[in-house]
Amino acid sequence: MTRARSFELALAKLWEEGRISGEMHLGTGEEAVAAAVALAMLDEDAIAIDHRATPVLTALGVDLVAMLREVMGDERGLCRGWGGHMHLYVPERRAASSGIVGAAGPAAVGFALSAKRLRKGSVAVALFGDGAMNQGMLMEAFNLAACWELPVLFVCKDNGWAITTKTTSVTGGNIVERAASFGLATWNVDGGDLESTGTVIEAAFRHLRTKGKPCFIRAECPRLDGHFLGDPLLKIAHSPLGEGKELFSNVVSSTVSRRGGGVLSRTGSMMGMLNVLRQARKDTRGNKDDPLERARASLRGEREYLARLDANANEEVAAAVRHAMEGAA
Amino acid sequence: MTTRKFTAAIDWAAEQLMADDERIVYFGEDVAMLHPPLYGRFGADRVMNAPISESAFVGAAVGAAMTGLRPIVEVMLVDFMGVAMDAVLNHMAKLEALSGGSWKCPLVVRSACGGGYGDGGQHEQALWGLLAGIPGLCVVVPSTPADAAGLLASAVFEDGPVIFLEHKLLSETWLEFMGRGGRESVGFDVPADGVEGDVPDPLVRTKLGTAVTRREGNDVTIASLGVGVHRSLAAAAALAEDGIECEVIDLRTVRPLDRHGLATSVEKTRRLVVVDEDYEQFGLSGELAATLLEQRLQFDFARVCTRHTLPYARHLEDAALPNVQRIIEGVTACVRAG
Repeated sequence: MTRARSFELALAKLWEEGRISGEMHLGTGEEAVAAAVALAMLDEDAIAIDHRATPVLTALGVDLVAMLREVMGDERGLCRGWGGHMHLYVPERRAASSGIVGAAGPAAVGFALSAKRLRKGSVAVALFGDGAMNQGMLMEAFNLAACWELPVLFVCKDNGWAITTKTTSVTGGNIVERAASFGLATWNVDGGDLESTGTVIEAAFRHLRTKGKPCFIRAECPRLDGHFLGDPLLKIAHSPLGEGKELFSNVVSSTVSRRGGGVLSRTGSMMGMLNVLRQARKDTRGNKDDPLERARASLRGEREYLARLDANANEEVAAAVRHAMEGAA
Repeated sequence: MTTRKFTAAIDWAAEQLMADDERIVYFGEDVAMLHPPLYGRFGADRVMNAPISESAFVGAAVGAAMTGLRPIVEVMLVDFMGVAMDAVLNHMAKLEALSGGSWKCPLVVRSACGGGYGDGGQHEQALWGLLAGIPGLCVVVPSTPADAAGLLASAVFEDGPVIFLEHKLLSETWLEFMGRGGRESVGFDVPADGVEGDVPDPLVRTKLGTAVTRREGNDVTIASLGVGVHRSLAAAAALAEDGIECEVIDLRTVRPLDRHGLATSVEKTRRLVVVDEDYEQFGLSGELAATLLEQRLQFDFARVCTRHTLPYARHLEDAALPNVQRIIEGVTACVRAG
């Protein structure tokens, strides 16, 4: 977990420095899930990942220098500079990410089909967010895995957000019940708590390996760095009169312009906006809901061990960053 | 005239159109956050955040258009049209033909497109040629704020479906959202004349299927659209110093295509260079050559397009996109060949 967090923070710094282009979706808040999944996976297993692939790849032991070079657009990188952080592919680990929401589901079903025919006893994992739970392709993947009896673990990292929209405001029903209705075995877990997450993921892998049938875990995780770095929603939420001022004043002025919705629906959109901003302020790195802080708290008595863990992780990542920079354009 | 930025011009046009016509509803992913003026003014009943369910909400836009509404449905990025392809390819595009003309589908799909900010090959495609290859769709690609507003005004009142593509490099909000993220440590080659300009106020419709000449010249016709128009104009200015006079045609809509306007120019110059950010093979550039050959024109031809999947690394991406240097080389080769 500390390695994964340290790596994510290094990515944030590189992005701020302009060494990573485009979007950068950090997986801060998902480290407990990433660590537990990586721990349960064997060499022959396969994993399809969403746009927050770096924590689990770090935990799986993928070369940090190769990943850093990739996200910095270096032709010596993991995918020769062609992929970037949303398209990280590690064929030798059968690990593939995607920038299309929900795409991990069908891919993992295919991975599991190969596993069943070519690598008996091995399994496939799909990692995705709660936003993906409304994608048809993911629902179809649940069904396909169920009716073909394939060993797929679908892990929904539920951080409450679909980009900048609260997922509950665009989701009908309950997502665990939804998965269960396809005939999947389901678990609901606090994804910020390493111990219970580890226990549930272990149980799910046991289910896959012994029964050969699909299952689903909803792991609730905080989203500590917004949808992506530079998320405008966080800017308005944290600084409505500073960086977010323009956007905020746009809403205010439009609610009073002539011809349009009635007073109720206009006030409704105002209140909706304020509610979203209030929610966006909630999750922050280092607060009590941060999975890393929670894991640290459980090891409170072992300060030296913790300090050594942090120091080692930070040192390893710093060395990887230095190494990755060598000879970079 | 009012000076407006590119995306602000589109949002302003949408706002005017929605104020005038109750049938227009607006929905898509994150639209409340992306278009606060629309959300604030018309409320959550007409400006609706959709779940990340492109196949469902684009399909629903088709159904709504069939039964009286005029939806503007936003598919965040054109790349995600892949998820909604059935609604696009088999339903909105086919309804009028398959119903023998008795049922129409008046909707606009608004979508951000294009590269030049390092986001990788699933988020930066152009795809206008691919989409325009489907009979039954109109495909619009504005290059200035005035055209963006004017073409949206026409698109909303079309009888059939219109794909309205908004290049992220021209859009102040999309480039900030996807590329800059508040950083001063990154820079982009943004065409100044595309990102901000005078927009007629009140709103004036720009007819679909009419190209416009952005620069006159006798030696070579360059046909392009979107950001490519601005790159072509920069190349034309450089080429003029070497005595090559380019005529730069902004197609503005891919389908319907202004075949006549293009032919008139090429008849004069006898040379055509197509500058197209969409994929090179089996697309718009080949179609332009074919339409002129069908009109029995004789001309020299070159194309500067995107040849393969866009790489993430900025330097590889810049080389893959139709940049000014590649256009200069393409035009020079075309002139030398003749």
